[in-house]
Parts: sequence; C-alpha cells; structure tokens
Amino acid sequence: MNVFRYLPTDNLRLSIGLLLILGLVAFWVLGGIFIDLDDANPISGAPSQAPSMKYWLGTDAQGRQMLPLMVAGVPITLRIGLIAGGLGVIAGTTLGFTAGYFRGWIDTVIRSASDVVLTIPALAVLVVVASTLSSGGLSANSMALIVALLSWMWPTRTIRAQVLSMRERSFVDMARLSGMGNYEIIVRELLPNLFPYLVASFVAAVAAAILAAIGLEALGLGPQNDPTLGMTIYWSMFYGAVLSGWWWWYAPPIVVLVWIFVALYMTSSGLDSWANPKLRRT
Amino acid sequence: MTTRQFGARLLVFLIVIWAAASLIFILPHLAPGRNPVRERLIQQAAGGGGRALGIEATIAAFERDFGLDKPLWRQYLVFMGNTAKLDFGTSLALYPTKVTTLIWQALPWTLGLVGVSTLLAFGLGSLAGALLAWPGVPRFVQFLFPPLMVMSAVPYFLLGIGLLFIFAFKWSWFPIGGGSPLSSYPEWTIEYIWQITYHAVLPSASIVLSGIGFWALGMRGMMVSIANEDYITLAEMRGLKPRRIFMQYGLRNALLPQVTALGLALGFIVSGIILVEFIFRYPGIGSLLFRAISAFDYFLIYGVVFILIVGIALSTLLLDLVYPLLDPRIRHGKD
Amino acid sequence: MAEIALKVRDLAVHFDTRVGTVRAVDGVDFDLFVGEKLGLVGESGSGKTTLALAIMRMIKSPGRVDKGSILLGDLDLLSMTNTEMRELRSSEISMVPQGAMNALNPVRKVGAQIIDGLMDHGRGGDKESMKSAVQDLLEQVDLDGEISDRYPHQLSGGMQQRVTIAMAISLGPKVIIADEPTSALDVVVQRNVMDTFERVQAATGTSVILVGHDMGLMAQFNDRIAVMYAGRIVEIAPVEEIFARPQHPYSKLLVSSLPHTRNKEVMKGIPGLPPSLVETINGCPFNPRCPYVMDKCLTQKPPQKETENNTKFACHLPIGSLS
Repeated sequence: MNVFRYLPTDNLRLSIGLLLILGLVAFWVLGGIFIDLDDANPISGAPSQAPSMKYWLGTDAQGRQMLPLMVAGVPITLRIGLIAGGLGVIAGTTLGFTAGYFRGWIDTVIRSASDVVLTIPALAVLVVVASTLSSGGLSANSMALIVALLSWMWPTRTIRAQVLSMRERSFVDMARLSGMGNYEIIVRELLPNLFPYLVASFVAAVAAAILAAIGLEALGLGPQNDPTLGMTIYWSMFYGAVLSGWWWWYAPPIVVLVWIFVALYMTSSGLDSWANPKLRRT
Repeated sequence: MTTRQFGARLLVFLIVIWAAASLIFILPHLAPGRNPVRERLIQQAAGGGGRALGIEATIAAFERDFGLDKPLWRQYLVFMGNTAKLDFGTSLALYPTKVTTLIWQALPWTLGLVGVSTLLAFGLGSLAGALLAWPGVPRFVQFLFPPLMVMSAVPYFLLGIGLLFIFAFKWSWFPIGGGSPLSSYPEWTIEYIWQITYHAVLPSASIVLSGIGFWALGMRGMMVSIANEDYITLAEMRGLKPRRIFMQYGLRNALLPQVTALGLALGFIVSGIILVEFIFRYPGIGSLLFRAISAFDYFLIYGVVFILIVGIALSTLLLDLVYPLLDPRIRHGKD
Repeated sequence: MAEIALKVRDLAVHFDTRVGTVRAVDGVDFDLFVGEKLGLVGESGSGKTTLALAIMRMIKSPGRVDKGSILLGDLDLLSMTNTEMRELRSSEISMVPQGAMNALNPVRKVGAQIIDGLMDHGRGGDKESMKSAVQDLLEQVDLDGEISDRYPHQLSGGMQQRVTIAMAISLGPKVIIADEPTSALDVVVQRNVMDTFERVQAATGTSVILVGHDMGLMAQFNDRIAVMYAGRIVEIAPVEEIFARPQHPYSKLLVSSLPHTRNKEVMKGIPGLPPSLVETINGCPFNPRCPYVMDKCLTQKPPQKETENNTKFACHLPIGSLS
C-alpha cells in the first residue's frame, strides 16, 4: 500500500506529522494484536529487570512489563487528549464564532474572558480541581473533562480572529445581498472557510490537552489504576527510578510522549501552513 | 497610557484575583452534600500518629476561622478577608508552620529559576529566530531550524528527566537534585552562591532548551511577515545599511508581538515550572505544591495556587504597562 | 544637446513563475535628461512600477533583469556589486514611494529615520549638525521642523508623503523616481504635495521620473511623457505634443479619455484588456484593441519612428495619421 501517494507533497511538516501519527497508531494496533496486554499488569514479570530478550523493554519495580505497558498506555493517553481537545475546540469554536460574528458586547465579554483565563497557570488550577474533586484518584474520563475546562481559550481566540477577518471580506456581503439569512451564511459560507483553522486548532488542542493531562498524572493526580504514560512516569519518580538507575522505566514513556508531541506539533504546524499559505517556508 | 486605561487594567487585575480566590473557595463546596476538605482532614487525623493531635486542633481552628457553622456568605467573607491578608492558615503536613512562611521560603528559589531561565530562553530564542528569518544570514543557520522545531514540541519536564539522566546520573556532572547541598547553610558567600548556580543549571537548562525552540520559531514567523512590509522595502530602497535595517526596522518591530506572546505564555511557563521543580526536587513553589498534594495539605495547596495566580496576573499587568513603552502607536495614540 | 542623466537601453525584466515567464518589461529604451521631469504612464500591469524598481536594482526573485543596460551618468548600474548599489541608492538615485503611511517605520521618530539615511551614506556628524540638517530638509518640503520628533502615525497622509520626499532629496541625488506618490491621498492634498514636489525639483535641478496613471496630474507636472503598454514604451514625447498630436493609437485613446469642460460627449474608455505577458506577443501588443489595426500589426513588430517635434513612437501607422 503506497501510503506516500496520499501525503501532501508540498507540505513537509504536515507529511512528517501524519507519518508519525500513523506510526503511533500502528504501534498501538499491531501491539494490541501481537502482545498480551495482561503483561502490563503488576507482577506479570520479575520486578526491575533491565531490557533483555525475555522482557524487550524490561520491567518496572512492580513487575509490569514495559513494552505491553506502553502499548496499553498509548490509547488511553490519546483518548484523554481527543476528548479534552475535542470538547475544548467545540466550546472554543462556538464562543469564538459568536464573538467574532455578532460582535458588540458579547464579543467584549468573550474576548476579555478568554484573555484573562489564558493568563491563569492551567496546571495550578487543574491541580486544585483534581485534588479537591477526587477522593481516590480520577478516572481517565473525568480527567479529560477537567482538562477540557481550560482548553477552550486558544481555539476561541483563533476562530474569533478568523471570523472577524472573514466577516469583512466581500463574500459575506455578497451572500447577504443575495438574500441569505444569518444561519445560512454561517453554515454555507463561513464554516467551509473556517475548516482548515478548525482542524489545526483541534490538533493543537489535543496536544495541549495531553500535555496538561500528563502534567497532572506526573504529579500523581491521574487515574491510579490506568496505565497511562503520565502515571508510569509518576510511579517511576515515586520509586526513585532515576537514582536506582532503572532508566527503562521512564525512558519508554518519555520517548513515546516525545513522539506524540512532535507528531502533533508537526501536524498542527503543517495545518497552519495549509490554512494560511503566507506562513509557508519549508 | 492614560490614567483611565491604567485604571481599567488595574480593575481587570483585581477582578482576576477576586475570581481566583472565589473559585478556590467554592470548589470544596461543589461536591454535593459533603465537604470533601473536611472529610479529608478527618481522614488524615484518622491516619493517626504524631499528626493526629495537630490535625484535631487544625480542624477546630479551621471550623472556627472559616466559620463552617455559619451561613455560606459569611464564610465567604471571612475567607476573602483572610486571603486579602495573605493568611492561608497553617500547613497540615508541617504543623504548626504557617502556610505563608512556607511560601515565602520557597518563592525566591522559583523566582530565580523562572526569571533567569525565561529571560535566557526568550532572549536567545528571539535572537536565533530573527537570524533564521533574515536574508543574508549564513546558510548553516538554516540547519538549526528542524532541531529547534523538535525541541519546542517537547515539554520542559520530559526534557528535564532526560537531562537528569544523562548529566546527573550517567555522567555526574551535575547534582541529582535540590537547590543547594544538603548540609549547607544559606548565607551570602561566594561558595554558597556558586552552589546555588551549580544546582540550578540542569533545571534551568530544561526550561531554556525547550523554550528557545518556541521563541525562535515565533520570532522567525514575525520577522518573515515583517520582511514583506513596505517600510522595509523603502529602507532597502534608501540604501540603509543591512545591519540597521535588521535591528532597527525589522527586529524592533517584531519585538512587539513577541512580547505580547510572552505575556500570553506566562501561564504555560509557570505550569511547566511546577513539573520541573518536581523532577529536580528543587525547593521552590512547585515542589511545595507537590508535597502539599501528596499530603493533601489543603491550606498549603490553596495558598500556593493563589500565589501563583496572583504572580502571573501581576506579571501580565506589568507587561501591559511596559508595552506602551515599546510601541509609540499605543503610547501617543492617534493625533 | 542636453546632458543625459540616465540612459536605459533595451531593458527587459522577466519573472519566472509556474505558468511561464512573465515579460513585465519587454525591451525599453529611453533617455532621461538632466533637470528633466519625465512622466511614465500606463495601465496597471503595463510594467511601469517594475521598470522603476529595475532602475533602482530592486528586482527580487522570482524576477530578474534579463537583458539591457542602465547607465547613470558613467555608472553602469547593472554591473555594480550589491554594496556599491546600496551606496548609490539615495545618494545618486532615490525613490519616493507610493503610500507613505506604510513606508515609514512605525516605531522610529521621523527625524531619526531621515538621519539614518544620512548616516548610512557617510554624511553623519554630531547631533547638532544632524538636527539642523533635518530641520532644513523638512522646511524644504513645507513641513515644520518640530515634526522631526514625531512618529509617523502622528502625521497626516500628506505630511507623511512629504517626509518621504525629504528623505529622497536628503543626499542630493541626480535622479528621483516617484512611484505614484500621491495616489493614496485625497485630491486637495494631492495638489499641495505635488506643488511642493515641483518646487523642490526646480530648486535642486534633479531629474525626475514620475510614474502614474492620472493623466491630468501627469500633464501638469512633466516636461515629457512616456506611455507604456505591455512592458514596452509605445510613445515618448514632450507633454504638449502628446496631448495635441498623439502619434500612437493607445496614447490617443488615453488622452481622449480625459474629461474636457468643452467636450460634452459621452466618456470613452478603452475597450478590451491588456494582453497576457506570458505568451510571446506577435507583432504589436496593442493589436487586439487598436481601432486602426492592420494586417501588418498582427505579425510584424512595429518600427520606431520620430516626428520633427521630438515625438518617438512605435507603430505601423505613418507619422501624422492620427491628427
């Protein structure tokens, strides 16, 4: 299957990003098929073993095997990111759109709110919320919801800016002159033009959500029983993996996370270029 | 900036602070029917041990100070009053140390680390980004572009763990953690200052390396779009020296949106700091927060978070005040 | 025989694009005499701005000068190094841009920007002398000296344009190219700025190329007018001649498109569109729209002709056929 044929050839970043995402999905899917995910549970192998032929990526101090752990962790982390990022973009788009299209006082309110909330250190607030509302640790889904609370601001800003500039352009006036009502204009004229920005915002929001989620997890506020990548890092720090030299405990989740972030970043950057050709350089 | 604009800006600042404090107050009461804080405190007390005595007293003090027996609005006022005095009560984990004491101890460490690292990252990154974008700069600089992009995608603390492993564990060039050697006394000697710097290198490096990529790319983007502006074209047509065009016509104008971006990124930067301090066991606000979370030290958590929010709101305010100094269009308005 | 300030021979500027090579300037010859005011008119896309940029050697990729020569006095501009050219710009040949509101650095005081030009060409000095030099320049363009401490956004459009004129004359160049300097201004201000410009030119004796498309303005300011079409100069003549006895059909149509107070006829535009500059043009570029087109015009390049009144033009029609 020549997947390369479908890649956007003039947008290097986007191509690399999509390839990386593809690699990630392949890791997850193929891993799920070939690896027994029960091995990701504690006491499925001898504890604290360095990588060897028996345990490809070694085991952690509680006997979880690292490779199955990674394969199990990727979809959970991605799911959190997708839910939180998705909710954030939906909320942000609605707000940004309302602000940009209808203007007036509602624009002022929304804009000020998003600018102010942006300056709040997200992690700090999330820490407060998570630690207050969770008795025995959060579930992955609740964490997604909490992270979503603070991921609407950037999409709001971006979409609002786009809507503002589109509004001024003649095609909206033309539509109005030809008798289209507000609703029709929104759906048939503006949304198709907004689409590239929506997609770019979504990818960026997913990346930001995953970042916030692993931040919470690394501090120990994540789902205690799910083997997410962030929690793995937390446990490794908790058990002093660095000092004990158990690099195989924290290196794999870091590598996977870096892979995810670079993939998402490249994709979103490439999408930005697609949406706004003036930004193109590579 | 007119007095009126300043007044409005100050008002926004106060509103943010007020909103943050109110949110912190409301949260425990949102859990329907129960007060999770109180429950947690009781849990801690039930944990027994030496802490139990202190906890009882604290719960009593908590209920008295926060007037849990009084109507909600009354509690709110008391809470706000205490917050305004920066009185967050006493730490549970380290009873009877006051929360404020702990914060004041930890704050300078964080300020130093964040301040220096952010300025370095911003300065070096912006310069690198500007050079990347300007035509007439040697080709090899272009090769920095991909690594910078990758670095900007990697979050601080992951980079931190990596650095910790390589430079502190594998090759013991730098200490594994902490802000200063365990047995040292804070005093203003060269030796102590050197130790502090030595311990700060790795945490700082994770912030700087990760941040440089971000600022460089942002600056590069600005410079590229400015290079197309009419005033640059005219400057070239007038035969002005390339160096001058780069610095005073290009960079100077690109600085404005870049500084705005700094203001917007503050929240993000601080979030990153928390994790970096955690990784390096650096004795700043971040580590304090982490310990507070582990011990479920209610008052400490909220005190730290509140201070963080105030800190950022204040920085944003300052940045907003600095901005007119940089941009004469805002300073003088249209005649 | 008047001295020649600028000699342009067979100049061509091409742009390499995905759709082909665009011949923006396609073989242009003309002389600019010392102290003369030459107007360059044409529709949008006729190549007049590209020509102006080419003379300043400001053509950037994907554009390039394909052939020709530009001589400023003895200096061969096309063979100068970048550094040499940079030094020449502003000091020997300068430009007044269109739309000064965007052409001035928004974060730098106006006086400082003028001084930048002086210093970067080695005419710097101590603070006092620089300050008074700037004051002089501003007064020459009818601006109050205290303007030098203001930022561009604090000035009106006309004042901004005058500042760019001051910049253009600041080093006493031999040639000034003004690219539609007033088209962004409203009519009354336009008149004032052009008056200032005229006076400055008379006082300094600099040769000027004024690029534009406002025939009325062109008529009032210039000594000679060159008409450009599809990247070529189709007619170049003293201003009275061009209006009284235009020899090229395009010039005639341009001139007659001006409203007259006496003539109450319906206004005529020129039907049709300018040709694509990508395809090679056979014969005369104006042939699709020319009311006098002949078979020859479709295949043979029109020859250069000259009348006894110093009108040079390129057309198959005999001299005097349009009167």
